[in-house]
Amino acid sequence: MKRRNFLRSSLGAGLAAGAFMSFGGYEKAFAGKRLPSGADYDLIAVMGGEPAAMFDMGIQALGGMGTFVKKGQKVLVKPNIGWDVVPEKGGNTNPALVKRIIEHCYRAGAKEVFVFDNTCDNWIKCYKNSAIEQAVKDAGAKMVPGNSESYYQEVTIPNGKKLTKAKVHELVLSSDVFINVPILKHHSSAMMTGALKNMMGVVWDRGYWHRNHLNQCIADYALYSKKPNLHVMDAYNVMMRNGPRGVSVADLSNMKSLMLSTDWVAIDAAGAKLMGKEPSSVEHIALAAGMGIGKMDLATMNIHRMKM
Amino acid sequence: MKSSALKHIRTVFAVLVLLLFVFLFVDFRGVLGDKAFGPILYLQFVPSFLKFVIAGVVTSTGFIIVLILTLLTGRTYCSFLCPLGILQDTFSRAGGLVKRRFRKYGYKKPYTILRYSILVITAALLAIGGVYVLTILDPYSTFGRLMTYFVQPVVLVINNLLAGILGKFDIYSVYRVDIKPYELAAYIIPAAFLLLTGLLAFRYGRLYCNTVCPVGTLLGLLSKVSLFRIRFDEDKCTRCGRCAMACKSSCIDFLNKSVDLSRCVNCFNCIDACKENGMSYGLVRLKRQQMNPDETDASRRGFIAGSLVLLAGGSQLLKAQGTTPSPTKDSTVREDRLYPVSPPGSSGIEMFTSRCTACTLCVNACPTNVLQPSTNQYGFAGIMQPRMDFHSGFCNYDCTRCTDVCPTGAIMPLMPEAKKLTQIGKAVFIKENCIVNTEKTACGACSEHCPTKACHMVPFEGRLLIPEVKDEICIGCGACEYACPTRPFRAIFVDGNPIHEAASKPETEELKEVPSEFPF
Repeated sequence: MKRRNFLRSSLGAGLAAGAFMSFGGYEKAFAGKRLPSGADYDLIAVMGGEPAAMFDMGIQALGGMGTFVKKGQKVLVKPNIGWDVVPEKGGNTNPALVKRIIEHCYRAGAKEVFVFDNTCDNWIKCYKNSAIEQAVKDAGAKMVPGNSESYYQEVTIPNGKKLTKAKVHELVLSSDVFINVPILKHHSSAMMTGALKNMMGVVWDRGYWHRNHLNQCIADYALYSKKPNLHVMDAYNVMMRNGPRGVSVADLSNMKSLMLSTDWVAIDAAGAKLMGKEPSSVEHIALAAGMGIGKMDLATMNIHRMKM
Repeated sequence: MKSSALKHIRTVFAVLVLLLFVFLFVDFRGVLGDKAFGPILYLQFVPSFLKFVIAGVVTSTGFIIVLILTLLTGRTYCSFLCPLGILQDTFSRAGGLVKRRFRKYGYKKPYTILRYSILVITAALLAIGGVYVLTILDPYSTFGRLMTYFVQPVVLVINNLLAGILGKFDIYSVYRVDIKPYELAAYIIPAAFLLLTGLLAFRYGRLYCNTVCPVGTLLGLLSKVSLFRIRFDEDKCTRCGRCAMACKSSCIDFLNKSVDLSRCVNCFNCIDACKENGMSYGLVRLKRQQMNPDETDASRRGFIAGSLVLLAGGSQLLKAQGTTPSPTKDSTVREDRLYPVSPPGSSGIEMFTSRCTACTLCVNACPTNVLQPSTNQYGFAGIMQPRMDFHSGFCNYDCTRCTDVCPTGAIMPLMPEAKKLTQIGKAVFIKENCIVNTEKTACGACSEHCPTKACHMVPFEGRLLIPEVKDEICIGCGACEYACPTRPFRAIFVDGNPIHEAASKPETEELKEVPSEFPF
């Protein structure tokens, strides 16, 4: 996608969404055709809109953010901010999406919202050039560093096959609600990165995972008791090769999609399929499904598909 | 002028300069933009000189201004602009406060032979193309190292304590920074100079500046013929000796009513100390006869000529010991690095090591900590000169900060697009060490971090993929080596290019059509 188009469409979506929200709320807009509670769905899949607008639609189908965030709660939003690249490169979660999620959290009564990632490139550059830092500030939330080992505390992973301990960021432990916001991408190590893989950004020692059967460790971490309450997968511009950092915008496929789920195996399976891979061919998805962490068989899932 | 205002102006100015330079070297948050460094460092004598003469940057004229300033006013530079000089003044002041009688001021003879020997050795080596002695003696670089090695860690400790307290209240605007020490051997020289300058200044004021510092000695020579100088007012002086006792340079011989201008650093303490208004700073009076140069000069010239000859040989010896490191082969699968990696913008190892004075400004400015002081990687003579250490960090693909801050021209400015195609080294894969091969499990951390995908994954056994390197698009950023999880030896490492090369651009091709329906 051309940078100009991106800017134009993002701006348009932002304006439209802003106007939408200012006119007395998106929740009322859907009141007439209120959908059943999200508990019935394994997966919400939205296609054809801008990331923020698709989220408005998707979260509505799950009964609104109030389903997950209660008044006075402390919320952690964990996007993928791994790389020092601009939003057009599709290496990090879309900043407009992150912003909209935070806005929904505050509308649902969240006391505070925090955002961080243990980045791969220099964290200050990642936060800044991903445009996520600015989006977070604009939405009134706090950007938190994850650059020092002292922010991480050791926890045990019950029944982990390879990963039995991990040092996780203090915010994972101290927040009431945890929203996982991965971007769907090709990944040279794990084949694909999505909801499960995004957890490598809340732990300190990723090298240990790489040394000790990476895909098993990714699956094992999902056993840790403090799980994300909601997964929102950004599949707007999907990096199809050269991931996870990407070499050029030619690596991107403009799928204009967004998915929501409370089951991270299900959302990753859908992501894999979107990228043209069988979910079972992605080792960590297959391992996680085998361990009973979630559903991998898309055919038996109750999926709510929406187009904008 | 006789006013003690001179001293106060000097003090205020110097304190501001010192604070600015301290900040320059402890600014771990990168508050100062890339553009701020040039103007701040413009007047630093040795960096400016090297950049002009060796790197050939004709706009680097700061040292000429300093030379003119010295011819006009004497060693004003030493008291107003030299951060190491000002830092020593604070040590002297501390010495005075702790125990005034302990401080040994008052007129002393200069260590003439020693100071000129050091100047001649430094200059001669430089003429032959060796920056080694200057690396150790340049006052700006010495100051920089003291800040980087000893002051910045203290600042970080305080920062981390503060961040810890604020973090309890969910305030994260002050963030913690992990403190990682450099290799031990890199501390030897900075520690020695901390002791040397500290102790000498504590007791003897500017003795270091007037004995060891080659810049001080050089400017001292010019000061002898400066237009403005400190002088006695013969009629008013009562030979009370207060001026001599206030003189940090021990250069006032009050009995003979003379000032050794080669050592006077224009601190103006003597003017302030004199109760009789018997000292003043002003235009030279031509009636006073200059010293008779005949005898001394002859012997001095002989000495200089002799030293030059000796040093030519000495320098070659140092070179032979390895400015350009020679290959070291080992039979194990340790990372068999033939060459260290010099920073982008340095053009190559030899160019870099002949221009860098190891001030460590780039080490501080580097956001990823990939620049680390070397110990013997560049050879013994290159000690403390920064190298790319991919175990400490890797070079950020879009970053050109070190090229923007370097004051000596050892690292020349690079545009981001040029930097992305500058190959400072090449990745070398050691299959025997690789997790994919040894454990038969997926890894690919190296390829994950590679910004050009020079390091990419190719089919291995079963569904496994294993790394492979395309030399021509590798830029040697070291992301692969940094990310590689194997220990003690990495399975991929960057071997330096002795002369930097141009990398090819990674090829791109358009993707196939985009799905318009969910495939599930």
